[in-house]
Amino acid sequence: MSFWRQAGEFARRDLIAERRANEIVAIVVPFGAVALMTLPLALGIDSAVIARVGPAMFWVVTLLFAMQIALRHSAGDAPTHRRMISLLGVDPLARLAGRTVASSILLVAFMTVMFPLMVLFYNPELPPLWPLALIPAVLAAIGLAEIGTLAAEVTAGLRARSTLAPLLVAPLAIPLLIGGSQAMESLSRGGGILPWVLLVTATDLALAVTAAVIARPLEEASR
Amino acid sequence: MDVLFQVFRMDSGRRRHLSPGDELASGPQALDTRWVTIVELRDISVQIGATLVLDGIDLSVPAGTRLGVIGPNGAGKTTLLGVVSTLLTPTRGNGVVLGARLGAEQETRRVRPLIAASGHEPALYDDLTLDENLRHVAVLAGLAADDARAALGAVGLGAAADRRASHCSNGMRRRADLARLWMCRPRLVLLDEAHAGLDSDAVAIVDAITDRAVSDGGAAIMVSHDSTLLGGRVDRLVAIRDGRITP
Repeated sequence: MSFWRQAGEFARRDLIAERRANEIVAIVVPFGAVALMTLPLALGIDSAVIARVGPAMFWVVTLLFAMQIALRHSAGDAPTHRRMISLLGVDPLARLAGRTVASSILLVAFMTVMFPLMVLFYNPELPPLWPLALIPAVLAAIGLAEIGTLAAEVTAGLRARSTLAPLLVAPLAIPLLIGGSQAMESLSRGGGILPWVLLVTATDLALAVTAAVIARPLEEASR
Repeated sequence: MDVLFQVFRMDSGRRRHLSPGDELASGPQALDTRWVTIVELRDISVQIGATLVLDGIDLSVPAGTRLGVIGPNGAGKTTLLGVVSTLLTPTRGNGVVLGARLGAEQETRRVRPLIAASGHEPALYDDLTLDENLRHVAVLAGLAADDARAALGAVGLGAAADRRASHCSNGMRRRADLARLWMCRPRLVLLDEAHAGLDSDAVAIVDAITDRAVSDGGAAIMVSHDSTLLGGRVDRLVAIRDGRITP
């Protein structure tokens, strides 16, 4: 059975489970919206400052909820599931790839809801070519999904996983945050997005290579 | 040649000795092989932390055998199944399962699809329906997705196929897990306390699964803390206590 068929099946399963549990819509999106709404209230009436921090807040909220999404997916994997999957002879990298695809889709959906809310609450000055910033944004979402999936795998079965996973994610996500947020900033100044797209793409690729290298040892360690 | 590796293979009516690694690394044909000795363990020990969970286990399971392993809680039964499933590498000793040497990752990976295990905790995803759970397994196992519904029908869960696993009783969940074993048609069936808490119909399903594995030229290993649950269902019964096979 092909690698991509296996990966697609894992992504399908995660998305079905998400649709049933409805946690993204019922819990994560409202929390994200509240988080976005709270900062302008805390900053007061300085609209210039609010407009300036809006895109940065969007990325911070996205990062936080990327972790939530990835950890929630892996939380459903009991040792019995892992043993069953291992006995089926599934490529461990296919499982990680499928999980990353599902998390990426959910994260892009989350960002699609959060971005208009950010514009509504912060009223930032969007550059005319702002849609171009979607390219690094989607690439950053994939990268965040990769990091979240890896962090969830590394900490699987650990009692302190809820604490450890964010500590692993935060430093690895820095290039993605910089790339995603600075692309918009660069467009505002009339610059291009290519360097930021390259930064995010290189990070995504480095994470994919890391996943390919450690997928099997991680699977063996988690049995 | 080490007795451990004097495993016979029946291939197109021929039998011959198999040497360590012989043809096993050469392709998926090993999956089509009919093994005469399904499991061969020699001096297997497993240490977890400071605890010696298995201590010098010798065990041979020929093809066509239903082996029962009884022992009290904490005797090492589940760990033994973990070793036989090839997912747990022993700390000491040698073993061959379906021709794959324990600890030889390339070999064990190739034979794992021929092994299926079921325990007291069904391997079901709560958010998926029973049908979706089995379809997931079917697709990953390279089977037709429609096999899932047929397998659920075979264990009497056809009408509950679209019910979420979290909304099913424990008995139904156990049956769905058995449907997975029925669908995958493993050569080596590993059952961990699989009979406990099952009604007579479900026990008949367990029997059908082990019977089919045996008639396919495979074997079944069933562990239980209660020998009465295995009575009449096994060809051979061994006892395990404190990590050792006892007479």
